[in-house]
Amino acid sequence: MDKALIPDGVKRCPLPVFALGVLLLTAVIGWGVWAGAMVLIKALNVTGLNDYFGFGFYITIDLAIIALGAGAFFSGFLYYGLSRFFPAFKELGKVINLAVILGFVCYTGAIVILLLEIGQPLRGWFPYWHPNVHSMLTEVIFCITVYAIVLTIEYVPIILENRKINEVRGAHVFGHTLHELMAIFALTGTFLSFFHQGSLGGVAGVLFARPFAFRTGFFIWPWTFFLFVLSAISSGPAFTALVCRAIEKISGKQLVDRSVYELFGKIVGTLLSVYIVLKIIDTLYWALVLAPSFGFKLTDFYLGPYYGIWLLVAEILICGVIPAVVLLTPKGRSSNGILFGMFMLACIGVTINRFVMTVQAIASPVMPFDRWEIYIPTIYEVAPGIAMLAYCALIITLSYRYLPLFPQEREFNPIR
Amino acid sequence: MSEAQHSKSGVLYGMVIDLDKCSGCTACSAACQAENNVSFLPDMSNKVRSITWMEIYWLQNGKDYPDYQFTYLPRPCMHCNSPHHSPCTFVCPVNATRRDEENGIVSMVYPRCIGCRYCMVACPYHARQFNWWDPSWPQTMEAMLSPEVSTRMRGVVEKCTFCHHRLLAARSKAFADGNDPNAVTYMPACAAACPTKAIAFGNLLDADSEVAKLSKDPRAFRILEKLKTEPKVYYLSKHQWVHKLGDKGL
Repeated sequence: MDKALIPDGVKRCPLPVFALGVLLLTAVIGWGVWAGAMVLIKALNVTGLNDYFGFGFYITIDLAIIALGAGAFFSGFLYYGLSRFFPAFKELGKVINLAVILGFVCYTGAIVILLLEIGQPLRGWFPYWHPNVHSMLTEVIFCITVYAIVLTIEYVPIILENRKINEVRGAHVFGHTLHELMAIFALTGTFLSFFHQGSLGGVAGVLFARPFAFRTGFFIWPWTFFLFVLSAISSGPAFTALVCRAIEKISGKQLVDRSVYELFGKIVGTLLSVYIVLKIIDTLYWALVLAPSFGFKLTDFYLGPYYGIWLLVAEILICGVIPAVVLLTPKGRSSNGILFGMFMLACIGVTINRFVMTVQAIASPVMPFDRWEIYIPTIYEVAPGIAMLAYCALIITLSYRYLPLFPQEREFNPIR
Repeated sequence: MSEAQHSKSGVLYGMVIDLDKCSGCTACSAACQAENNVSFLPDMSNKVRSITWMEIYWLQNGKDYPDYQFTYLPRPCMHCNSPHHSPCTFVCPVNATRRDEENGIVSMVYPRCIGCRYCMVACPYHARQFNWWDPSWPQTMEAMLSPEVSTRMRGVVEKCTFCHHRLLAARSKAFADGNDPNAVTYMPACAAACPTKAIAFGNLLDADSEVAKLSKDPRAFRILEKLKTEPKVYYLSKHQWVHKLGDKGL
């Protein structure tokens, strides 16, 4: 049965090896499910969260994984939306299936973590029923739900391309029809995800009583709205490229042209450059004008090794300026080690940014007689987070084995 | 008085706490706890997990003897009057916390709260607390729970309501007596319990009220005024170092 499901003309690892891998991932997911169940049964007191740290690991990993999953919508936007005008983006068709699946797993995983994060999970549907239209979180909840549905719709035709399912005439016709409509879904997803990434930035930026996070902005959107969009679309494609490379390494096969990675390098380099310039301007304005207007100095926001100024240096300089500059140079993109190293830095940078805007934003005391607090997540937070990553890996593994993800695979790896 | 007044009814409840009179006895905090059915933990020493609507801060001037000075600062919810929204009401995704524009009180709808804690993150005063456990009281105290105030379930946020239930009772009585419900005065439990009368409460828009007069006292200040949250809780102190501690970088 296993062999019958594997796409024609490609080779996969033996079933026992594959089963062992799936078993390991399932065990990690099981560990996370156990921890999540404990949170639901015993309540959030088993976590490291407290009245000082209303947000913590759950929100940080959600924001990070959603930013890294942005490769899905942005690659879709470039491929389905812009490739007619810029044919170079047609190259992205070679990884578009992977990008969609990556987006799907990142978003669905994040939604599950969000359910753990709220104190009353059974009331998780209330935001649809009693929405506060002024709340950025309302915008987040609506966009994340609708976009997850769009991603599911985008994933379905890829599933229907499975050899056995495709033999069913109805499934074949349905899948083909969805393929024809995919540009519409991709552009809808782009619209939703732009707003979604932005509103996640807005969640921090609108906190006008939290000088670390608060930013002025344009109309109803704080500058963090736009910065989150830019940081997501610059790091998301980097993550897609890294995952693609990881699959190549694990499977021991070349799956896409190197020109695709080159293109990703150019995209990430260009967008990261724009982002980091704006981020530096934003940081300077915040440090020199905005925060002082509330009575704060830049040094008030950083303390010791845990919340030190090194976070700012690491986020902007090491994981921002350096990869942006390196990826803009042809020489920087020519070496695989440097190229993927810079992709990795871009992903770390966006993760630091999401941590800083979530945890450090509330760790830094606002009342003058307040004090710094340290937040340490417990195993009940870390385990579901790791399980979510395992879930992402599992879905990608299953998809790679049974679905034709990479159109060039047969060409690069002919079966003799 | 703030320029950001937007009460529609001519009523804007506020509080003035005279720190020069406060002895730090914590009677206000205890009265609040009893009045509002605030639940207990076996170990209340964990201040970032236990619920205290009226927190008492201990402020020091940072100098050595003989210049050493300290004061207590009771901190209820500030019921921020910032234009458009309070920091917390602005962010709640489900409208579980609202500011009543008829009287300025920021209240909670507990059965609607989803426990996302975004309001806690938005509040710079740490006035909001989360129910990390199912609420519980020593068995002998359960009979003493107030029927006027609903208890809160685990997984929701709660905070000081300026004893909103007392306002409702006063308004109902005024209505039944044929009087104007908007003209009622009432006293929250903390103000009633304070042995030194350090806490005054009333309508900030009524120029003849004690709170309106005290809020204009030269000793008056508000915490973090620079953030433009427009707190409706004023503090009085004759010490400049206390004023300075109230607002960063004054």
